Amino acid sequence: MSKQQPTQFINPETPGYVGFANLPNQVHRKSVKKGFEFTLMVVGESGLGKSTLINSLFLTDLYPERVIPGAAGKNIPMKTLTGAEKIERTVQIEASTVEIEERGVKLRLTVVDTPGYGDAINCRDCFKTIISYIDEQFERYLHDESGLNRRHIIDNRVHCCFYFISPFGHGLKPLDVAFMKAIHNKVNIVPVIAKADTLTLKERERLKKRILDEIEEHNIKIYHLPDAESDEDEDFKEQTRLLKASIPFSVVGSNQLIEAKGKKVRGRLYPWGVVEVENPEHNDFLKLRTMLITHMQDLQEVTQDLHYENFRSERLKRGGRKVENEDVNKDQILLEKEAELRRMQEMIARMQAQMQMQMQTGDGDGGALGHHV
Amino acid sequence: MDPLRRSPSPCLSSRPSSPSTPPCEMLGPVGIEAVLDQLKIKAMKMGFEFNIMVVGQSGLGKSTMVNTLFKVWKSNPPGLGVPPPQTLQLHSVTHVIEEKGVKLKLTVTDTPGFGDQINNDNCWDPILGYINEQYEQYLQEELLITRQRHIPDTRVHCCVYFVPPTGHCLRPLDIEFLQRLCQTVNVVPVIARADSLTIEEREAFRRRIQQNLRTHCINVYPQMCFDEDINDRILNSKLRDRIPFAVVGADQEHLVNGRCVLGRKTNWGIIEVENMAHCEFPLLRDLLIRSHLQDLKDITHNVHYENYRVIRLNESHLLPRGPGWVNLAPASPGQLTTPRPFKVCRGAHDDSDDEF
Repeated sequence: MSKQQPTQFINPETPGYVGFANLPNQVHRKSVKKGFEFTLMVVGESGLGKSTLINSLFLTDLYPERVIPGAAGKNIPMKTLTGAEKIERTVQIEASTVEIEERGVKLRLTVVDTPGYGDAINCRDCFKTIISYIDEQFERYLHDESGLNRRHIIDNRVHCCFYFISPFGHGLKPLDVAFMKAIHNKVNIVPVIAKADTLTLKERERLKKRILDEIEEHNIKIYHLPDAESDEDEDFKEQTRLLKASIPFSVVGSNQLIEAKGKKVRGRLYPWGVVEVENPEHNDFLKLRTMLITHMQDLQEVTQDLHYENFRSERLKRGGRKVENEDVNKDQILLEKEAELRRMQEMIARMQAQMQMQMQTGDGDGGALGHHV
Repeated sequence: MDPLRRSPSPCLSSRPSSPSTPPCEMLGPVGIEAVLDQLKIKAMKMGFEFNIMVVGQSGLGKSTMVNTLFKVWKSNPPGLGVPPPQTLQLHSVTHVIEEKGVKLKLTVTDTPGFGDQINNDNCWDPILGYINEQYEQYLQEELLITRQRHIPDTRVHCCVYFVPPTGHCLRPLDIEFLQRLCQTVNVVPVIARADSLTIEEREAFRRRIQQNLRTHCINVYPQMCFDEDINDRILNSKLRDRIPFAVVGADQEHLVNGRCVLGRKTNWGIIEVENMAHCEFPLLRDLLIRSHLQDLKDITHNVHYENYRVIRLNESHLLPRGPGWVNLAPASPGQLTTPRPFKVCRGAHDDSDDEF
């Protein structure tokens, strides 16, 4: 049959070959056309180099109005207010989206920044804004998913959260622990040690170990890289193993080109040497980038399958109502209504008894009107 | 307790060489300059006291900095495995250091737990309380009818405040703390762990901090109002231009170009602590020890302590003699305005019993 058709439909050579091995290619074509969406949240105290790192990672300038602190003489950028203004300031959420394209593949990257985190003297409430933002994105997705037109759901859920740990401490601060425990069930946490060029190698190892111990001690669930499948090649397995061993990543960010050893590299120039951003011996920037790129899909999957499902089941259990104490009110209202009903019934009974008595005492003949209760 | 650290002194006796001028028989110099030598002998016999307090968040290198400054190796090194305590504590450690016959009794007060909690409201209260307590102790000793010949001086002469190197500007916590403390004690702010900032970032950060300090009327040491004469002003202006110093502390030695230097070794270079091109640690050391140590003590005694004394004596017109300390509420900013001119005059209150 098909042999008589033009060459568009050819019979496969081997018997038993149906041809659905082609499916991944179709998926690939479709996803490339559709593009990818990824939302990344960065949280950390101000001055840890979050914006610089994001710019370095994606080689874009997501904060164009921001001036790198290295340029002396320029005005103070918008993000850095004076101390007095910071006292009254609460945590803000700033989301900026950028479309990056590379070899035909489009990525719609949203970076959610949280300026003001950890700035105030009393930081008790500083993560409430962040948590409500995450919940809001889940809520919106849930709402869209339950809607009528589900074709173009925009996925703004936070897929990954880079939590910046200060390299100056002796481990995690109380604020770090409290924040991570509050969001580890809602978003994938990737802890990152910022400004790693202040640490010597030994100090770095010590700090990493300490952070991992504290994470375990407080039962914080950070994002774990999935183990490489057994059928992957050795390089990939080795790479995954190296990545897993380096968590938390200690990174240095920079977008300035420095001349070092005859070639131009991105780095930071100090009087005592040059820290190269993309040198694996200097810091873990490359590892972090690799992890993010190779596991972007996995991060999205975990967000969808684990965190979003958790959220969804919690919400639907509550009957889709926003506030939990409305249930309590409902019960109360029911009880009250029942009490009222009982009272009304008693009143009616009393009235009927009265009427009956009147009938009996008043008119002996018209007893037909009276009812037996 | 604390071992006496002796550095080899070139002369075996602690007496300096006696002045060459013989008792005056002829017209000419009277011999007043011999007073300097007498002062020197007396001072060396009595020794000096210096109390310094280091304040800052954990991990900013306070203990390492003290070690580097005074080359004093504490018996227990900074506990890296020890988590910061839940509440602010104050630890005082005393060392007696000796160099070329000059004895220095150095007391370092550390403040672990400062600014480490989630809620840091009023975390400066214990520190203020401690400082005022030292003033109170001194005051009580001074008011006794039969006083000791030499009142032990535990007052804090200098408070070094470590600012984290964010690169932006002072945080609300820093500003609150500095505002309160500059009225009670000499505060020297420093940029801690400055090896995370490049030179340009350092300069920009320094300018912003200076601007913040000006905006909030924070008067750090060396205070402009206490410059006595033009020389002082020139010298101090140079210092004021560089404050806060960007410092790096290190307690390990490495070999650089054949020399043994204190520094931090990284994969991309060695940060030499005493190299002015790398960090400003020498400036801090010179300020605290080599040039302004006596000045710090003088200002503490003549200005801050006097302010405290005035307030206390006004509060209780008849100060009760006895062990009961009266709790002093932290002075409101309105009370402790810049001291009146007569207090600035430094020579007025030097008792003969005080060490010089």
